[in-house]
Amino acid sequence: MRFETTPAPHLSVQASVSRLMRRVLWALLPAAAAHLWFFGPGLAFNITVAVVTALAAEALMLRLRGRPIRPGLADGSAVLAAVLLAFALPPLTPWWITATGSAFAMVVAKHLYGGLGYNVFNPAMAGYAVVLVSFPGQLALWSLAAPGGLAPPALDPAQTLAFTLTGRLPEQVTLDAITQATPLDALRSGLAQLQTLSEIRAAAPFGGPGEQAWLWINGLIALGGLWLLWTRAIRWHIPVAMLATLALLSAIAAAIDGDRFASPVLQLFSGAALIGAFFIATDPVSAATTRVGRLLYGSGIGALVFAIRSWGGYPDGVAFAVLLMNLTVPLLDRHTRSRPFGT
Amino acid sequence: MSVALEGHGRLAGGLLLPGRKAQSAALPIAEAPLPVELIYPLGADAGGDPEPAVRMGETVLGDQPLVRAREGQPVLVHAASSGRVVAIEPRPVAGGEAPCIVIAVDGRDERLPCAPPDVALLRDSPALNAMLAAAGLAGLGGAGFATGAKLAAARQQGLRALLINAAECEPYLSCDDRLLRERAPEVVAGTLAMLALTGCPAAVFVLEEDTPEALAALETAIRQSSDPGVLSIVTVPTIYPSGGERQLITLVTGEQVPAEGYPPDIGYLCHNAGTAAALFAYLDTGRPLTRRIVTVTGGGVAQPRNLDVRLGTPIAELIRTCGGYRPEVARLIVGGAMTGRAVACDEVPVTRSTHGVIAATAAELGQRGEAVACIRCGECAEHCPAGLSPQLLHRATQRQDDVALDGLGLFACIECGCCDLVCPSHIPLTEQFRVAKRRVWLRAVDRERARLAEARHLARERRLTRRLAEREAALERRRRAARDPAASSAAIADILRRARRETDPGRDES
Repeated sequence: MRFETTPAPHLSVQASVSRLMRRVLWALLPAAAAHLWFFGPGLAFNITVAVVTALAAEALMLRLRGRPIRPGLADGSAVLAAVLLAFALPPLTPWWITATGSAFAMVVAKHLYGGLGYNVFNPAMAGYAVVLVSFPGQLALWSLAAPGGLAPPALDPAQTLAFTLTGRLPEQVTLDAITQATPLDALRSGLAQLQTLSEIRAAAPFGGPGEQAWLWINGLIALGGLWLLWTRAIRWHIPVAMLATLALLSAIAAAIDGDRFASPVLQLFSGAALIGAFFIATDPVSAATTRVGRLLYGSGIGALVFAIRSWGGYPDGVAFAVLLMNLTVPLLDRHTRSRPFGT
Repeated sequence: MSVALEGHGRLAGGLLLPGRKAQSAALPIAEAPLPVELIYPLGADAGGDPEPAVRMGETVLGDQPLVRAREGQPVLVHAASSGRVVAIEPRPVAGGEAPCIVIAVDGRDERLPCAPPDVALLRDSPALNAMLAAAGLAGLGGAGFATGAKLAAARQQGLRALLINAAECEPYLSCDDRLLRERAPEVVAGTLAMLALTGCPAAVFVLEEDTPEALAALETAIRQSSDPGVLSIVTVPTIYPSGGERQLITLVTGEQVPAEGYPPDIGYLCHNAGTAAALFAYLDTGRPLTRRIVTVTGGGVAQPRNLDVRLGTPIAELIRTCGGYRPEVARLIVGGAMTGRAVACDEVPVTRSTHGVIAATAAELGQRGEAVACIRCGECAEHCPAGLSPQLLHRATQRQDDVALDGLGLFACIECGCCDLVCPSHIPLTEQFRVAKRRVWLRAVDRERARLAEARHLARERRLTRRLAEREAALERRRRAARDPAASSAAIADILRRARRETDPGRDES
């Protein structure tokens, strides 16, 4: 009788990359539902465009690099990067912007750096940063929050699809009528006009569905993130370090000058702080891998987000903060690695 | 009275694994029948490269040494029964092929006469080492280190405590559990002997939390022993690899054995419970070690249980004793499921370090998925009980960067396999590290060889240059002598003197 011989250990592996990626996608589902409820079907179209482009670009690059295509597509990493990019984009984004970001993420950020496991930069954030600096006008407009699509000026699905594909709006509808500043936009422009924080918070989108939408979406993002922590799909170090640093710095700043600096709650629950902490900064490939390294990496992102939001050129800063901290990863890994047992 | 205590330390990393011990632990230890052939590898398991002490066709008795004792030769191997040497040839063993001595058993089971050893002799360290090596005593836990050498070295260093390892952390295995349940007094007596031999003041038995029957049996045995005061029990959590020597010491004492050192460096010595029982058997009867307890288990064998087996017995015989294979059997593993070796055939013999034989079905082991690129999730580092960062080691093995590998502590890897089991990319990390260790080691050997060759070469160059210079100088002297008449006549006299001496060697020089 002959038996198969394999190297030890002989027990099977439980986890898999594709299962991990699928779990992260599931964790985004509640927030995606809230997003669709408040901002209409734009996100669904963005996801579709981003995912199709990402898969096509991934397949093309795998083919050019002579790598097996099917396992590369099946690992779910391209889909996840595309979905995260779609979350970063405004609901009303012309398809070619989404496709450009998604293709850049896969071709340049991922495959030119060596493919899965070797990319220095977070592909989703690299793709987003490229379209953000290339098409600032189109990305500055966020849809008006219309719960359930019930408010009159909101676009119906067909009109949204038409805008996504052609960039054209129905007659008598202006872009101004269906878009609205996000809380962070409002904060930034208000402060630029020398308003105090309490004045800014007295006007839209604060106090209306525009603020509620972000609270809901971010609350569900946090819930998904906690589920990922609970199932050990991610470890706590990066999200906790990032959120704690952002909260701490904004608490100090708000205590010093409450008229000009947003409270920690506003900082955490508007914009991309939570999705950044749980879903983007935790991308294992482009993050530090040691415990101490991850704490430093997370804190660095939190501090940069605070700095960019407070003094930088963009209302939110998660993408740039993540990309900047990606650069420090080799150094962090090198200087924070664990001590071998008995040394 | 003894009460089980909890250890002081925590294990960083490790894994909760399915126990799968119940299937083999339920039945008492049974004696495996005398096989037709006994097979003794002459490879590493017998301590290096031993020379056979028997010839083809020679009749041997039970307990007769099969290899020759040699300077620096660790531990002897003995025939487990009487018979005739029918082959000295390469045979399959765990991990490949090795030259083996094969004995056709005659069934009479005759043994050499023997008497208990003179304990007074064991007080001398070299004698202790030599006598236990001659009795074939080596660790039964897996690593198979020479028991006498360990005890003798520890006696010289001085010990704070002896740790008896009965923490069987590998899934499936239950031989130490059954040993304690059925033969705890032998383990206790062997432990007390170890204390006496090393001059160590106290011994601690270490058990995992999931073996209450063994614990109870051990408590009783300690109570009834001659010196219960120096014996205690510590239980450790059922986390793999709590039974690894260095991990065990940390769990019990909270201290870490230096990476480049050994347990006695911090005052501890670790022995397997089976080794303690084997030592007792030797001191009690004077018979060498020719048997051990082996767990035969897995979903691919009809009746899993523990067997008391003669060393050299082919695994096929053990499977037969346990009711044969089930049709679903897919893989045969010698040792544990985490660290054992999968073997291609069941003619492989049991050796001292064979604590288990797992006939596994494909379903219970599962299939390792296709390996994909490392996504740097760091789970391997979270679970590494040696405090390493396998994800960084992995990249360094890909680059074959030996300096980085050394800096990352490659040689602190205990090859426990935890990183493999948590890797979502299904990378065979442990195997990569095994290969890398061998490569780094071979390169070091090569470097050393190259260094020696270079030194030899340089020495030769120097020698040649010196000789050339000497010859030049002598020639120059002679040339000058030829020009100088006085010196010339002296030179001629010298030549004549030498010529005379050569023709008449009896005459003295004057």
